[in-house]
Parts: sequence; structure tokens; C-alpha cells
Amino acid sequence: MTKRSSAPRKHSPGAIAAMLLVCAPLLTAASESPPAPAISPPAAAAPPDDGQWTMPAKNYASTRYSELAEINEGNVKNLQVAFTFSTGVNKGQEAAPLVVGSTMYIVSPFPNIVYALDLSKPGAPMKWKYEPNPEPAAQGVACCDVVNRGAAFADGRIFFNTLDGHTIALDANTGQPVWNAHVGNINIGETITMAPLVVKGKVLVGNSGGEMGVRGWVKALDAGDGHVVWTAYNTGPDKEVLIGPDFKPHYDMDKGKDLGVTTWPPEAWKIGGGNMWGWISYDPDLNLIFHGTGNPGPWNPDLRPGDNKWTSGIFARDPDTGAAKWFYQWTPHDLHDYDGINEQILLDMNWQGKPRKVLVRPERNGYLYVLDRTTGEVLSAKPYGPVNSSKGVDLKTGRLIENPDKLTGTGKVVRDICPTASGLKDWQPSAFSPNTGLLYIPHNNLCMDEEGVEVNYIAGTPYVGMNVRMIAGPGGNRGAFTAWDIAAEKPAWSLKENFPVWSGAVVTAGDVVFYGTMEGWFKAVSAKTGDLLWQFKTSSGIIGQPITYRGPDGHQYVAILSGVGGWAGAIVSGDLDPRDATAALGFVNAMKDLKNATTAGGTLYVFRLP
Amino acid sequence: MRCAVAVLFPVVLMLVACQREERDTRPQSALGSGEQPTPVTTLEPGGQRPSPTDNKAASFEANAFHLSEGKRLFGWFNCSGCHANGGGGMGPALMDEKWIYGSSMESIHATIRDGRPNGMPSFRDKIPDDQIWELAAFVRSLSGNAPSSAAPSRNDDMMAHPSENRMPNAATLGKSP
Repeated sequence: MTKRSSAPRKHSPGAIAAMLLVCAPLLTAASESPPAPAISPPAAAAPPDDGQWTMPAKNYASTRYSELAEINEGNVKNLQVAFTFSTGVNKGQEAAPLVVGSTMYIVSPFPNIVYALDLSKPGAPMKWKYEPNPEPAAQGVACCDVVNRGAAFADGRIFFNTLDGHTIALDANTGQPVWNAHVGNINIGETITMAPLVVKGKVLVGNSGGEMGVRGWVKALDAGDGHVVWTAYNTGPDKEVLIGPDFKPHYDMDKGKDLGVTTWPPEAWKIGGGNMWGWISYDPDLNLIFHGTGNPGPWNPDLRPGDNKWTSGIFARDPDTGAAKWFYQWTPHDLHDYDGINEQILLDMNWQGKPRKVLVRPERNGYLYVLDRTTGEVLSAKPYGPVNSSKGVDLKTGRLIENPDKLTGTGKVVRDICPTASGLKDWQPSAFSPNTGLLYIPHNNLCMDEEGVEVNYIAGTPYVGMNVRMIAGPGGNRGAFTAWDIAAEKPAWSLKENFPVWSGAVVTAGDVVFYGTMEGWFKAVSAKTGDLLWQFKTSSGIIGQPITYRGPDGHQYVAILSGVGGWAGAIVSGDLDPRDATAALGFVNAMKDLKNATTAGGTLYVFRLP
Repeated sequence: MRCAVAVLFPVVLMLVACQREERDTRPQSALGSGEQPTPVTTLEPGGQRPSPTDNKAASFEANAFHLSEGKRLFGWFNCSGCHANGGGGMGPALMDEKWIYGSSMESIHATIRDGRPNGMPSFRDKIPDDQIWELAAFVRSLSGNAPSSAAPSRNDDMMAHPSENRMPNAATLGKSP
């Protein structure tokens, strides 16, 4: 069942040496007081674990690391099902469950039902449910299945977004709505799928719609009453991007006035994408939030000559005012739908002998970036899988070096571009363990053919202009789960998976990593070696975010939503036809056999030791 | 005599060649869509009534010109953005045998004109009525529901699937029922 070749498991002497180096402090830890780990998240952004799970990324540093260690490498093989729960929706389940006190909260895909489950009672009965009844028409403008990536808890309230563009605050005890803010407009193709992040009494929300010509933004809503405190657009004049005197980008390519207008053909920035549907991290010490920006629209690059600021990049902003502090563009003038919205893990580490505050980003364009998060300077950018769409990153100018053989355009078919539009890694978040110094990256291994075509902008309809056809990448495995040694800038180990690994990951102090596969396997592997320790076949393919928590009984639990879908699983959740190679923006061609491997579902699984 | 045949044969050929399908190259002007009511279910209390038919349906359905125009418009109006080349994406697949709101020309015309509640937008007054009929005819051809003599035979773009005139009927997939 496990697709694992010997090739990626080989431990080169270098890798072993690096692993020993990382493990060395642990070996001595028993006798002395534990030394500070070589790489660790800033304490303010990753406070000591209280056993809860109050935001999808676990903490502001986005480590998805739990200090719980009751379940460890030795006993994880004994895991068994504690209880299950059906979300009642058979669409892609991308959400992370939350656990606050003795209650678990889950958000379903559209129609975005929120359930509260009482963990203190046998079988975790439902405490309440809330149905926001979003507009059914919203389903027609959601690019890639009708997913929702989870809720956030703060100050006694559950905050979540609905597909039709509402942000809603619920009383966590009763499920009664406290406020409901309408921030997105489906008639221009705007939806919301991301999980909000609550920072300093503000709920941070961004829109989806990069395939519909929607102008991207991030809003901060007041957690108390939902009013919009600030809005930062990701294209357009500096005033609307909230670029002011404090804006100090590191590289010359990001310096200049109103680049969000001048790096576009006239008016194109108004329908230019740059949406924020992914992850936000927050550094309380620097008082900065970090968020990516999505792909420029349309996909056909001939229709938007220029660098297309501020798309496919990352902003550091002041959470109080939204004012931009720095920006870095992963993929200037994106040619391949390389959204820049993946997770960013905030870490402190020694880089070439000097302590640096870094931000680690496994980016869609295929590079594992290490940035100085105080300035936006790129310290490292190494590919973590097959990449031929570019030839590396120029660390002097910060610019991605395009491969002239893979330039797309109108009427031209370009073949074997790796990675695909879905990236070497899409939204599926990775996890970092300070125990091992490794970043655990669930990702894809796909390549594609692309042909640019003319496209008309019609508000509320797709604005793509690209025919895409995806295939498996080198080796034939369409997914991989890679442990990346951040300090050594290379993989420690990598597991092959038949289908793209579209689920998130979680890693624990018990040195166990959990992730799911699109066949439906929920797997536990060793954080040190990648050895498969345990697996359980759930009812449908897994594309959700695993979490782990301490239950009211004091024991450790692991939870995951099972239910295939998302862009990769749209062939099943949307019942698409595999005979059309371009279906689901070309993803179906790489997933023709998924219908034979799994069916749609929507079930929460919770595991514990006997 | 031989000479007469030599003259007559091309004349006959020419006459036969004149039997071309009719092309209405100046279709109805922009606004104003047909108002044909079309039920979306076959379940009708008191027994099924005959579905109303529109005489435009028949005239567009098997017409090569209208089908190829429909194929062009399918890209121009961004239908392909959601339904891809018939396999679907944001919207459902159109080349399979499943019809959520009915498979008739009239039903598809009404779907494009009025929209449907789970995400299909309404193109009323955005697309001229005749072009909606052309789109409806092309949509039917995606599942092999158009005569192969009339269905489009080539794609101008990267091949997504065999051309429409070679698509087997999705309901039977080429097998007899």
C-alpha cells in the first residue's frame, strides 16, 4: 500500500551527518538541562503548549508542532479510533478541527456548517451547530471545489468565513452569531475559503478569486463588532496597497512609486488577482504579520506584460494599521499560476554563524525559501523537488531566473513544465519540529503542458486564458512527503506517494509526523527517519489538516477530517469527466484514476491509544 | 451522346452541391431572449404533459455552422473557464450522460438564459438569443448528441479530447442500449 521507493530513502553521508548534528543536543539532554534547540520558533509566537488547538497553524509561528508526547514512535502503532463524526457534506474537507477546553469545533465545506462537539462526554456528542446558509450561487464562482480551511478561536468566539464572502463571529459556548460581516461579492467572482487569523483583536481575512479576475485584498475586521479597520489591496496605487513611508523592500525590483499600477497594462491591475486565500503568520516581537499574494490574472501572461506587482509575493505588514513594511516577489510576472500564498514558518536560527530571525516558505514555484523576516532578504532558495520552469533564484537581485524554454504565451503550446499550476506545493501546510530541525512538507510531483489562449473579461466568470494538461512528474509518483533539513538546505528524507499529498502535516514531541493521502490512508511516520509506523484507511481521500490535542481525560488525541476534493480531488467531489484532459484547469488529466481509488466523503476521525 | 454525358454530369454534380445547409449568418439582434418555459423535471402531478418544443431547437441542432459557432462562443463567453472542454471544473461536466437540469435543447437554452441556483449564472440579455441556441447545440454535441456530419471536427487549440464529431453518445458510449 505504501508507495515508497528505496531511492529517496537513501541516507547520504552528508544527510546522516546533518541528522546526527541535529540529534546531538537531544542525546545529551537527558543528563543536563536541555540546551536551546538550534532552530526554534520565537517564544512569543509559539508559547508553551497548553494541549489545545485554537488556530489551524497551531500558533502564530505556524509550526504545527505539538509538545504532547504520550503518543510516540514506540506506541503509535496501537492507535485506535476514539470516535467519528459526519460533517454531512461530501465535498473536499480542507479544514483543521479546533480544540478549546473540552470542545472541538469543525467547519464543513460549503454550506459552511460549524459544529461544536463536547469532548467531555463519551462519543463527543454535538453541543451545537450553526448553519450560515450561504448563497448556493457562490458554488459557481469557487475555482477549485467549495472548500473551507478552518476557523479560528479567540476571546470566547469562533471566527470563520463562508464561501459567499461573509466573516462570522459565533459565541463559542452557545453557537449564537455575534456579528456577520459581508466582505466579498460573488457577482464579481469573489469567494472566501481561507481560515482567518486573529491578531490583537483583529480578524484578518483575505479573498479568493484569482481565476476570476478578482482584485486581491486583506482586511482586518474588529473582533468585537466586525467593522473593517483596514483594507490592503494587493494591486493598484500605493495608497490602496497601504504602502507609505515605512515601506522598505530589500530589493530594487520592489522599489518605486505605484508599482501596483505601473507594472501592468493600463487598468489591468483592477482585474489582476493577487488574492490572499492562504496563510498568515504573526511575529509579536516585530509586530508584523506576514501574508502571501496569489497569482496574477489572467493566467495567460501575454495579456499583462510587466512584473504585475504585488502578485505572487509576500508582504510584511503592521497588524494595527495594515501598513506594508517590506515585500518580496517570489515570481515576478508569473507565467504558470504560481500563487504565493503558502504557509510561512517563523523561526530563529543561526545562519552562517549569525543569529537571524527567519521566515521559511516552501513556495509554489518549487523553492524552499529562507528569508530574513525583518527585511525580506532571501538567505536561501533551494528546490525541494523537480523544477524546470526556472533556473534558480539570483540572491543578489532576489529575482527568480526564468527558463526561456518554458515561457508561455498566446497560441503556443509549451510542454513538460515542472512544477504545475498547482505548484510543487499548493496550500497544504507543512509542519516544523524543533526536535529534529526538519520541516515536513506534503507536496506534489507533477508537470504540465500549457497553451495560452485569448480570454475575455466578463465579471463573475473565469478569467484564465490558458489550456492546461497535467501529468505525473519524474518518477511517476504524483505526490511526495519530504522532510527538509533547513540548516543543511537539503532533504533529510522523502517518501513517494501515488497521488499528490494534498493534506497538511502535524509533528509532535513524540517524534511522530501525521499526514493523509488521497486514497484515504491516515499515516504516522517517524519524524527522524520517515519510517511508516502506523496507518489507518479512512472512508474517503484525505486533504485535511491533522491536529493533536490533550483531551479532558488528560490523554493525547489525533484528529483529521477525511473527505476528498479540493483542486486535486475535484474529479471526485465534482464528478468531472476524465476524458477531458483540460478539466479542472488541467488537474483531471493527472488524476484520471482517482475515481477508482476513493469516493466523496466528509467524516471526522479521532484517534487515541487504548 | 458521350458529349452530352460529359456536359450533364458536372451540371448534375453542381446541382447536388447546391444542397447545402442553410446558414443564417445574420441572426437575431442582440437583446431579447426567447421566453420558452421549460420544466426541469419529468415528474408532473397528474401525468406528464408533452414538453413544449421550440422550433429553433431543431433548426440549430443539426446545423454544422451553428455548431461550430457554438464551439467558438463556448470559449468567448468563458463557458470553458468553468466547464473546460466538456469535462467540467468549477461547473459540472457536459460530456457525460448526466443532465442535472434536462438534456433537451430547450432545457440547455433555458439553463444558459436563466441560470441555475447552484452556481450557473444567468446570461439573459448578455448573449443574443440565437447565440444561446448555438451554445446549446454545441453543448449537446459534447456528449455525442449531434450528428457526426454536423459536429465540429477539429480543435483550434491543444487537444483535450477527440473532436466532437467523434465523441460517442455518452448515454450509450457507442453500445446499443
